[in-house]
Amino acid sequence: MHPREEALAALAKACEVSGGSDADAVDGIVPDYVARPDSVESAAEVMRAAAERGLRVVPRGAGTKLDWGSPPAGVDLVVDTGRLDRVLEHAAGDLVVRVQSGLTLGRLQVALAAHGQELALDEPVLGSTVGGMLATGTSGPRRLLHGGPRDLLIGITVVRADGMIARSGGKVVKNVAGYDLGKLFTGSYGTLGLIVEAIFRLHPLPAASQVVTWTAPDEGAAHERLQALLHSQLVPAAVEIDRPAPDAPIAIGVLLEGVAEGVTTRAEAAARLLGNGFGGADGAEVGTKPPAWWGRHPTDPDGVLVKLAAEVSALPHLLAAVARAARSAGLTPAVRGSAGGLLHVGLPVGTEPAAAAEFLAVLRPAVARHDGSAVVLHAPRAVRDAVDVWGPVPALGLMGRLKDQFDPQHRLAPGRFVGGI
Amino acid sequence: MEVGRLAARFREILGDAGVITDRQQLRTYECDGLAVYKTTPAIVVLPETAEQVAGVVRVCADEGIPYVARGSGTGLSGGALPRADGVLVVTSRMRRILEVDIPNQRAVVEPGVFNLAVTKAAEPDGYYYAPDPSSQQICSIGGNVAENSGGAHCLKYGFTVNHVLGLEVVTPDGELVQIGGKAADHPGYDLLGAFIGSEGTLGIATKVTVRLSRAPEEVRTLLAAFDSTDDAGTAVSAIIATGVMPAAIEMMDALAIEAAEAAVHCNYPEGAGAVLVVELDGPAVDVAHQFAAVERHCRDAGAFEIRIAQDAEERTLIWKGRKSAFAAVGRISPAYIVQDGVIPRTALPDVLRSIDRLARESGIRVANVFHAGDGNLHPLVLFDDAEQGAEERAEEVSGAILDLCIEHGGSITGEHGVGMDKSKFMSRMFTDDDLDTMQMLRCAFDPRGLCNPGKVFPTPRLCGEAPGVHKGAHPLQEAGLAEMF
Repeated sequence: MHPREEALAALAKACEVSGGSDADAVDGIVPDYVARPDSVESAAEVMRAAAERGLRVVPRGAGTKLDWGSPPAGVDLVVDTGRLDRVLEHAAGDLVVRVQSGLTLGRLQVALAAHGQELALDEPVLGSTVGGMLATGTSGPRRLLHGGPRDLLIGITVVRADGMIARSGGKVVKNVAGYDLGKLFTGSYGTLGLIVEAIFRLHPLPAASQVVTWTAPDEGAAHERLQALLHSQLVPAAVEIDRPAPDAPIAIGVLLEGVAEGVTTRAEAAARLLGNGFGGADGAEVGTKPPAWWGRHPTDPDGVLVKLAAEVSALPHLLAAVARAARSAGLTPAVRGSAGGLLHVGLPVGTEPAAAAEFLAVLRPAVARHDGSAVVLHAPRAVRDAVDVWGPVPALGLMGRLKDQFDPQHRLAPGRFVGGI
Repeated sequence: MEVGRLAARFREILGDAGVITDRQQLRTYECDGLAVYKTTPAIVVLPETAEQVAGVVRVCADEGIPYVARGSGTGLSGGALPRADGVLVVTSRMRRILEVDIPNQRAVVEPGVFNLAVTKAAEPDGYYYAPDPSSQQICSIGGNVAENSGGAHCLKYGFTVNHVLGLEVVTPDGELVQIGGKAADHPGYDLLGAFIGSEGTLGIATKVTVRLSRAPEEVRTLLAAFDSTDDAGTAVSAIIATGVMPAAIEMMDALAIEAAEAAVHCNYPEGAGAVLVVELDGPAVDVAHQFAAVERHCRDAGAFEIRIAQDAEERTLIWKGRKSAFAAVGRISPAYIVQDGVIPRTALPDVLRSIDRLARESGIRVANVFHAGDGNLHPLVLFDDAEQGAEERAEEVSGAILDLCIEHGGSITGEHGVGMDKSKFMSRMFTDDDLDTMQMLRCAFDPRGLCNPGKVFPTPRLCGEAPGVHKGAHPLQEAGLAEMF
């Protein structure tokens, strides 16, 4: 039998499998096969079959972030988790849920809302699966209060490169038995193994929520008011900013969640800290819904998206650095994200590779002065080929050794992660 | 191992005062907070800087000598138990708070700094360090990092891993590596998440960057007395079910109350079969509203007395009984074993009844003190060590309680760590493949198995061998440097 047919037959023993098409391309690379396991066991069998044949594997959930990170060196097999889409166990009384990784966040939240609960994570990329969200470590506005995916994940089941099934953590929120592999796999871009199940701690849906909005004329004013807010005792669930262009005014949104009486009181207090109260020329406004830009990335999927992380107080420096880099590169970036030091910068569709490279070259040293990093989450291939997607990464040696342990043949999403991992 | 030659190499790095080889002095370090395990280390070193720690580790790596790091030695699982054939690296001279950075809500401290000292340093600015293990007055931040320590308030605020943003680490190669920092995110694998809670088996933290949290506007604490743990459990379920997230919910049963009463005269309500301590914190209006709901749920569940702390002093008094419970048990029993198992909170009534049955059948008394909000049990198994066979029977009861936790889908440890004490239970909670996979992480950091070997895992994997295939004895085992058990 032809090796290709032989491999197809072997994979088909494990689960539904087909030849790859253009629609299955990972960052432009069309895989030979696409496997769709419907159980942890069949996922393990597929991974074993792939290991025996030395196939390079990229896991896929909804496929919304397949072109994030560096382009993979090659892809033979896409393992699609779309059929692993069940809520396995919702222990409402324990505020814990166990799900398969191919379940979309949207469907999970609907199931939980029926019990007055939620997974307190936002969905910056609509349609994401649980597995994709974990693999890329995405988070949104409410990370400020609740933490990110790694903070709410309490257990994980993965299939290793060699096809073995491994769990860590468990179904209880407090647990220090053994190493926490869930944290290691969160944000690992599919380079360590296939995530098949996840267990999360949940929160009750807030009884009430309000959003206070105010627009600052410049970064100095924004900084002063935001610092007062971030150092207050109002416990906002999120404090977000939106600046559509470097010299534009800065829109600020503050989300308050809790019991109705408390939320109203705190919204008034937040309005006083931001805009000297409600209404008037400089006044803040309050509503029950966040503004349209809230929780969305500031560019199209075909644009350039850069994630900035830095110290809590760095906001004015980051905004100034973005403006400086924009002038130097002749670009008009939009900035959006948490005032607590996690921003996304969007460059428009059609940004020239050389301009993007110049932008990053000016931005990165300025961000580094505030313990910051600037990572290109997504960009057209030509841009990613022209820039260093990840920027400087400390402790790269240890990360390489981790990869060698978990995937000694470097077959899992090869080249997609930091340092060519 | 030639102690003399090794000590000389360490003295070159640390000076005479930083190296202990005197037998009597070494015995000071023979155990941590779990005193049933005792081993006198071959050498103790007391570095003052990260470079000195790195120097010591490089010597150990060079000579193939195992080493164990120790902070204040308050751990309850034998995680800092020394090796007779190894070096104990004590961080008690690394106690500087390097930076309190209020604008960025961070502090940078050395590993020997006491947990409470961080809060004290931030308090004048209205900030505190959230993880609060009961030993917070003396336990070290380095130890907290190793154990991923929790505390009564982790129900709402999370564990050490949620509050440590950066580490400087000496790897088992003796290299100083920076992991994370003041920012919330850094590119690459989450080495921070992997390192915190690894019980000192992946390296030694020499600098720790922690999050400082804004002190809440309001804190309110109540003590509710019930006839039984069942009634108290009903109250806990009702509180959680209505969407209230208290900062802490602690429960003590009659025996634990008796012990606390004898030790610290906390004056808990007489005749209580169980007490709950519930604390709410946050914005004043929210707290007032939720506090009323908590009080109502306690009464509905049959609380016969509710005391509300009117000021900080009264709050301290309510907490005094709870926080002193472990030590207090010494007043009613010559010896005891503390367990740390976790169960899904809704299984609490079932598990408490089973523990009660175990106690009655074995004639071994069990006092229950626990974090009821997150199902973290701390059963205190009481015995008389002078009585023939009593310790063995207590061990049996204690093991049976852990089995109960595993049967109910829980964990063998919520915050004390696996350490020396519970490694034998790991294979009841995890499969061989699970444990083998965890060893991959170990092998990436410490391929030679020199950094706190023999802890956490029942059987160390030989790094570099084919996964799942164990052939013959580990070279370290053959060399007498590691044990398989």
